[in-house]
Amino acid sequence: MLTIDAKGVYYRDLNSKVRDAVSKGEKEILLKNVNGQYYIGDGLQGDATITVEGVPGNDLAAFMDGPTIIIKANAQDNISNTMNSGKVIVHGNAGDVLGYGMRGGKLHIKGDVGYRVGIHMKGYKKQMPVIIAGGKAGDFFGEYMAGGVLILLNLDGDKNDNRNIVGDYLGTGMHGGTIFIRGDVDKKLCGAEVGVSDLSEEDTKLLTDYLKDYCNDFGLKLDEIMKTPFKKLIPASLRPYGNLYAY
Amino acid sequence: MFKSLATPEFLAKIDTEKCIRCKRCIQNCGWGVYSWGGNNVLIDTFKCVKCLRCYHYCPEEAITIEDNPVRYRNNANWGFYNIRNIKKQAETGGILLTGMGSDMPYPVLFDSLLIDACQVTNPSIDPLREPMELRTYLGKKPARLEFEKSPDGKSKLKTKMPPQIKLDLPFIFAPMSYGSISLNAQKTLAIAAKELGIVMNTGEGGLHEEIYPYRSNIIVQVASGRFGVNPDYLNAGVAVEIKIGQGAKPGIGGHLPGEKIPLDIAKTRMIPVGTDALSPAPQHDIYSIEDLRQLIYAIKEATNYTKPVSVKIAAVHNVAAIASGIVRAGADIVYIDGFRGGTGAAPSTIRDHLGIPIEHAIAAVDERLRQEGIRNEASIIAAGGIRSSADAAKAIALGADACAIGTAALITMGCTVCGKCYTGNCSWGITTQRPELTVRLDPEIFAERLINLIHAWTHELKEILGALGINAVESLRGSRERLRGVGMDAQTLDILGVKPAGR
Amino acid sequence: MSYDFQKDISGCGLVGIINKDGKRIDGSYIKKSLCLMNDRGNGLGAGYAAYGIYPKYKDLYAFHIMYDEPSAKTIAEEYLKINYHIEKKEEMPTAPVEGITIHPILWRYFVKPLAQKAEREMADLSDDDFVVRTVMKINSEIDGAYIFSSGKNMGAFKGVGMPSAIAGFFRLEEYEGYIWTGHTRFPTNTPGWWGGAHPFTLLDWSIVHNGEISSYGINKRYLEMYGYKLTLLTDTEVVAYLFDLLVRRHGLDIPTACTALAAPFWKNIDDMDGDKRDAMTAIRMVYGSALMNGPFSILFGHSKGLVGLNDRIKLRPLVAAIKGKTVYMASEESSIREICPSPDKVWAPRAGEPVIAELEA
Repeated sequence: MLTIDAKGVYYRDLNSKVRDAVSKGEKEILLKNVNGQYYIGDGLQGDATITVEGVPGNDLAAFMDGPTIIIKANAQDNISNTMNSGKVIVHGNAGDVLGYGMRGGKLHIKGDVGYRVGIHMKGYKKQMPVIIAGGKAGDFFGEYMAGGVLILLNLDGDKNDNRNIVGDYLGTGMHGGTIFIRGDVDKKLCGAEVGVSDLSEEDTKLLTDYLKDYCNDFGLKLDEIMKTPFKKLIPASLRPYGNLYAY
Repeated sequence: MFKSLATPEFLAKIDTEKCIRCKRCIQNCGWGVYSWGGNNVLIDTFKCVKCLRCYHYCPEEAITIEDNPVRYRNNANWGFYNIRNIKKQAETGGILLTGMGSDMPYPVLFDSLLIDACQVTNPSIDPLREPMELRTYLGKKPARLEFEKSPDGKSKLKTKMPPQIKLDLPFIFAPMSYGSISLNAQKTLAIAAKELGIVMNTGEGGLHEEIYPYRSNIIVQVASGRFGVNPDYLNAGVAVEIKIGQGAKPGIGGHLPGEKIPLDIAKTRMIPVGTDALSPAPQHDIYSIEDLRQLIYAIKEATNYTKPVSVKIAAVHNVAAIASGIVRAGADIVYIDGFRGGTGAAPSTIRDHLGIPIEHAIAAVDERLRQEGIRNEASIIAAGGIRSSADAAKAIALGADACAIGTAALITMGCTVCGKCYTGNCSWGITTQRPELTVRLDPEIFAERLINLIHAWTHELKEILGALGINAVESLRGSRERLRGVGMDAQTLDILGVKPAGR
Repeated sequence: MSYDFQKDISGCGLVGIINKDGKRIDGSYIKKSLCLMNDRGNGLGAGYAAYGIYPKYKDLYAFHIMYDEPSAKTIAEEYLKINYHIEKKEEMPTAPVEGITIHPILWRYFVKPLAQKAEREMADLSDDDFVVRTVMKINSEIDGAYIFSSGKNMGAFKGVGMPSAIAGFFRLEEYEGYIWTGHTRFPTNTPGWWGGAHPFTLLDWSIVHNGEISSYGINKRYLEMYGYKLTLLTDTEVVAYLFDLLVRRHGLDIPTACTALAAPFWKNIDDMDGDKRDAMTAIRMVYGSALMNGPFSILFGHSKGLVGLNDRIKLRPLVAAIKGKTVYMASEESSIREICPSPDKVWAPRAGEPVIAELEA
């Protein structure tokens, strides 16, 4: 295990150290005293595990392809931007525009997430990106979604705050992929392109698989989570804008 | 369903005397204009777009395509298309869609600029027999160089040069995505780029595996749809381009209709087959200039600072200030697409009424970057309406480092600028994904034509340089003193920074 | 930045002499040599630069200023008084000669920027930079005032007239210098302004130049990006500023600066060995806008040496010769032989290959 003290280190130097270590075959890296350094794990390939102590900066794990990043605190915006594979685990809340254009891998967030999460996620066969957030989400959740899976759990319910589970314009422009939301979904919040339904047996099996891994990461009980029924959101049409144009 | 009251634009006609009933027109038309009537060819002229595929492939020259002489009553205000478009929209309720660059008669300033030539006081140079250099490096240049003495006493470069794209000619092929154009069309561009020592640009549709072998001649693009973007992709070319906007449709996203999304495209873009491929209007990780900086450096981190990062924007009103911000955000190249630039699909309202021409934009951006003392920090690519080597020379003299060629390249592949790219029916196999149409475009054959075109333009550009008495393109770059305007108002001349002819 | 200007165009002949041992000679030699090339000029401009002529004031900037009228002198001197210690000022010594009837008011000043930097404008500038700024300011902002020489222990003497008339007018035989350059001019546009003659100088750079630089437009815009104001609209001014930028401000050595201005072709660069190729490639990438393209031969003088350079395809002539410690450079061999009939060596430098002659330490 390699420990790097990030205190006061500029991101360019920090990330260059991480890249060097990974290219030399280091599998376990601990970044201590991180505070705001951008681009941790960007474009990184391989199977290293990077543990981050402190709040990492924006664009963590952008274009990442393989490694696992564990964040012990809250995280900021743009995590897993266009990420290809690997995993990011956040033991706190995370910010806006998470998993933008994400193409594969997993993003597990224990707490709340911000606005525009999972925009234009895509998937094809084995490349199936998954974002799971344990808390609540802001507006434009799953906008333009073209593939992959978005799961929102609202584990604390209304205990700590009484905001909606998810914000307005849910899945607006959605033309692929699946969103699972634990609890009820107000149809008024959904984009026009979204269809809401209950889960089939197959859906439940799929969901259970994803959640097992999530519960594993945070020491949560799957049974407890599954007690509350989920709703499933899928695109109502593959071509939501098919009639928009005069040819 | 009633017959459309939108008058057909063209009349397809077959001379039945000449027609030998070979049915080639039926096979060749991607639009379904022709069908077999048992005894003769039937014509649905409403479907004709005047792409002239049938005309060229009729062995008997029996086909003519005429502009429909039936027009609405003459009216200087209510032109044919004003009326026809309203009828179309009344029937469909849809946004009018179009392809290629604007066909509206806005003034083209390239046509009002004339280039200087040497007479007596300085000599012209003979480009066929004397050296004439067009090599161009795109990327950030330090303001100055530092040298150090090596132990053996020789002077050695101390400054570390930022990554550059080396071009043998000051041309690149404009970004056109796999999806908007066919794989064969992209291959044509790739083959030609390699042969010419220049680069093509993937556009935003990702990179098909068959294009990977051309990696040293490719710029990969990252747009708002993030199609096909992964670390391998970012490192697959010589540079990465962030697409913010496009001249033909500034401020709006891309929309590749489901007709153009068969399996292969769906795979490359990672979206469902037959869906519309949507590119959001903004990049959702860029809502402000500091966010652009964030994405530029995310890409630089992901490519370990080995690739120049280009930022492509549409030429809009404040383009100079925007470009300055882009350069200060860390871009190595600013790609500016004028409003006459082409597109595979755009609402015609947007295409014809938003943005500014490339001539004004290049002049304003180059001047602004010089005033701020940062012109060396980024190269400028001029795009959107380069129709000839003369246009390119004028754009370079106004301040561009290189010119992007899009529509002209497609024309070498058979395109007639019919403007119906968004339908996916292109009979020339360019802007379609229908396999029976794309097979018509043989990349090897058409790459040769494209190479011919660029060779011809290269010769012409060298002739222009020779007449100017200079033998390296960097002596033309930004040298507005060698341009004069004819018939332009004083303010336009001032914006372009050129004198009127006679001064 | 300015674009609405009328560029000055002229043909010419030029000559330069340097005594590498520092021996000073009077102005009659250069005059004699230059006069042989009278046919290369047309009487509408001639001039000389000389180094080592003001030993008594060698640590002070010697400003030669021409004024169109007394009011311009008042304004310029007002500015100098505020910003400079003026050790001495005097009218430049002249003599009446045939062919020169009208001339500007000519004064010279031996000055240095005020020691208390805070008391002068732009306190953060070095003395050299401040002098450059003064030259730019007076020449572009004070109507009818023009600093045509601003170096230390050197001076330019120029005006409208044939070389012999200008030399006689400025009484050059009374000055002694270790470097001399001379220039006879063939302007093709409206003549009449004394400031338009060569040499063009800035600090202790002096340039005489033959030919028209076809890349003037971009060279000018490149310099403007670094704050130079091109008021003269001549190629010569561009050359002087390019040397100032590359050598004084960017710290390039003179041979490197010369390769930037008259760069080798890519074909030759590609054949160079690794380090040299990288350096040359970088020079062309970074200094592409400084490339002087088109026909030129120039003589570039500075306090420690003389450089001759011509363009990269040799469209203008340049001949060099050595005799003992003296190096000669000229447009024509005959003008060298006029004052040095049997040199040790005479040669024609290759295109873009600088002839660099420096004072021995």
